[in-house]
Amino acid sequence: MTGISRRKLLGGLGTGAGAIAVTGLAPIRFDAEAAPVPAKKRQWVMVIDMRRCDGCKHCTDACQETHHLPKSHEWIKVHKLKGKRGQEYFMPQPCMQCENPMCLRVCPVAATFKDDEGIVLVDQNRCIGCRMCIAACPYDARYFNEVDPPAFANPFGRLPTPQFPVPQQKGTVGKCMFCVHNTGQGKLPACVEACSMLALYIGDLVSDVATNGQETVRLSKFLNENDAFRYKEELNTGPHVYYIAGHGQDLEF
Amino acid sequence: MEARKHDRYVQQAMANIGKVGLRWWLIATVLAACVAAGIYAYIYQVQNGHSVTGVSHTIFWGFYIVNFVFFIGISYGGAITSAILRLTNAKWRAPITRIAEGTAVVTLAVGAVSVIVDVARPDRLLNLFLYAQPGSPITWDWIAINTYLVGSVIFFYLPLIPDLALCRDTYPNAGGLRGWAYRVLSLGWRGSPDQERALLRGIGIMAVLIIPLAITVHSVLAWLFAVTVREGWHTTIFAPLFVLGAMLSGVATVILVIAAFRKAYGLQEFIAERHFRYLSYLLLAFDAGYIYFMASEYITEGYVQAVVPGAMLQSLFIGTFAPVFWTFALGGLVLPLVLVALPGRHVMARACVASALIVGGMWLKRFLIVLLPGSSGALLPWELYQPSWVELAITTASLAAIPLGLMILFFFFPVMSVHEMDEVEGATEPARPALTPAFAGGGDD
Repeated sequence: MTGISRRKLLGGLGTGAGAIAVTGLAPIRFDAEAAPVPAKKRQWVMVIDMRRCDGCKHCTDACQETHHLPKSHEWIKVHKLKGKRGQEYFMPQPCMQCENPMCLRVCPVAATFKDDEGIVLVDQNRCIGCRMCIAACPYDARYFNEVDPPAFANPFGRLPTPQFPVPQQKGTVGKCMFCVHNTGQGKLPACVEACSMLALYIGDLVSDVATNGQETVRLSKFLNENDAFRYKEELNTGPHVYYIAGHGQDLEF
Repeated sequence: MEARKHDRYVQQAMANIGKVGLRWWLIATVLAACVAAGIYAYIYQVQNGHSVTGVSHTIFWGFYIVNFVFFIGISYGGAITSAILRLTNAKWRAPITRIAEGTAVVTLAVGAVSVIVDVARPDRLLNLFLYAQPGSPITWDWIAINTYLVGSVIFFYLPLIPDLALCRDTYPNAGGLRGWAYRVLSLGWRGSPDQERALLRGIGIMAVLIIPLAITVHSVLAWLFAVTVREGWHTTIFAPLFVLGAMLSGVATVILVIAAFRKAYGLQEFIAERHFRYLSYLLLAFDAGYIYFMASEYITEGYVQAVVPGAMLQSLFIGTFAPVFWTFALGGLVLPLVLVALPGRHVMARACVASALIVGGMWLKRFLIVLLPGSSGALLPWELYQPSWVELAITTASLAAIPLGLMILFFFFPVMSVHEMDEVEGATEPARPALTPAFAGGGDD
């Protein structure tokens, strides 16, 4: 009756499903996890010493100035929290640069990807603005650019790059990326630079050092001695931000 | 006698093809004005960005996603009603299948548009194809929805072929564009036994296929939420809950659409009280099932009294969202259940009131599903969502687009399947292809 036999049709469908299953195993931009990476150069981490934070928000201000963000977008946000005994404390929270980022997994166009140094980046020239990543992020670290960024002098009409997303593209999603535009040149991230309490450290897991701009510490020893913990570690996201409590904070969130 | 009834239903089914009255134009104009206002609002939104909506960096999804889930959900009603009735070979289905299948196509199209409206960079929609990520629930979603859309159109089109032939033979201006379209679309249908058999087989296959297809779509839609770690979304019951919610709101919508077209197109002789009674049974089963699923969800979460689901349930039952929740639970689930479960008179009126309550209630439920987990972050004091006029205008337009779409659909195609009416009225001998299972009217004679 028809030209194509039932067996042929079903066979064809099977091949198609197979092709989908195979490509399903290989996301296009999963750079950091890609097959054998010869000795990683760096793996950036941040250490946040909550014993020192006084909630002044200089980090937030410096970040917003560097990336020309609107005031409501706090890529590093200082939460004012209450402990179990009623005491107040502060918890600065940047993007966790997860080892296993949920935001990356849900992005339909691979606008979110990870670079070789463990930083989760957003390509704002590709992002379609579906906000699935905001829904997926357990740390609420992502910000939707619903408004234009504050105007600033941009005489050469610079377009954002994933490493330095300035100016923010309207209708896309932005987030902290540990100022890789600075760290790549041996400078500190804007928030670390701005922290007058020396509570923020930028570090590297590979060379095992961290610095807050004044003192440099042996990272593993520093974390061990101070009982550092990671936020929502039970989610298996592998956050690259370590917290040091001890100023009356609860050790669990 | 029989011949006269045949003439009557042919006449009623074809009455609005190409020649409509003043009332049709009046209603169509009002609805079209609503749609036009929505299109204007969308253009305004594209020009000014999502800052003109209520969504922000804290409330990331709003009315558009609520509407998206709602419309995709109600599209299931048409598919399931028609598919179930075809597979069980229920004879009474004949006058209502066309309306049910048409409703599925129109609501699905509106739902697909709703989610495109939500995308903040519609200029980059092509990226979904260029850089498609197989691991993203959004990719699963657009593949599933597009497949389902194609399936629904085929499911609408196949039973329409004999009626298109009827239009081809009776449409006065056969030489015009429309006459040409009927000629092409009817694929040279003559009603020969071979053609009848092929058609029945095709419809049987589609009726079987459309059910897993629709379940897939609604499950994928649920996973869009459930694969995140947000409290209230990250639950295993979400996919079945979405499927059942879709069937419930969908059948309710079908009842409303049938009631409207029955009255407006004068189909009282063919669509009788028993149609509403039978559809009410479906409504009753789905409504009771939905209450059971919901109770199961809240009891397992609420009994433990963990911190985060506890706070969410508190906000739902006695907090900020309590008025919405109780309106939905009592007005949109319990009251309709009572209305259709009680025996007695006014079956049709009760079915319609219950359906309207369910449709409204299920919209509220989708509102809670989308907004509640987004509003209960562990550390951030989430803002309460305020929809803007743009979102309200686009929502109104989406609602108006459904009756308008159906009116336009039945301006071109017969509102009842004349071919199927012929079968149940015995005007033609139904073909019985051997490949169709016995319960679908096939099998050996």
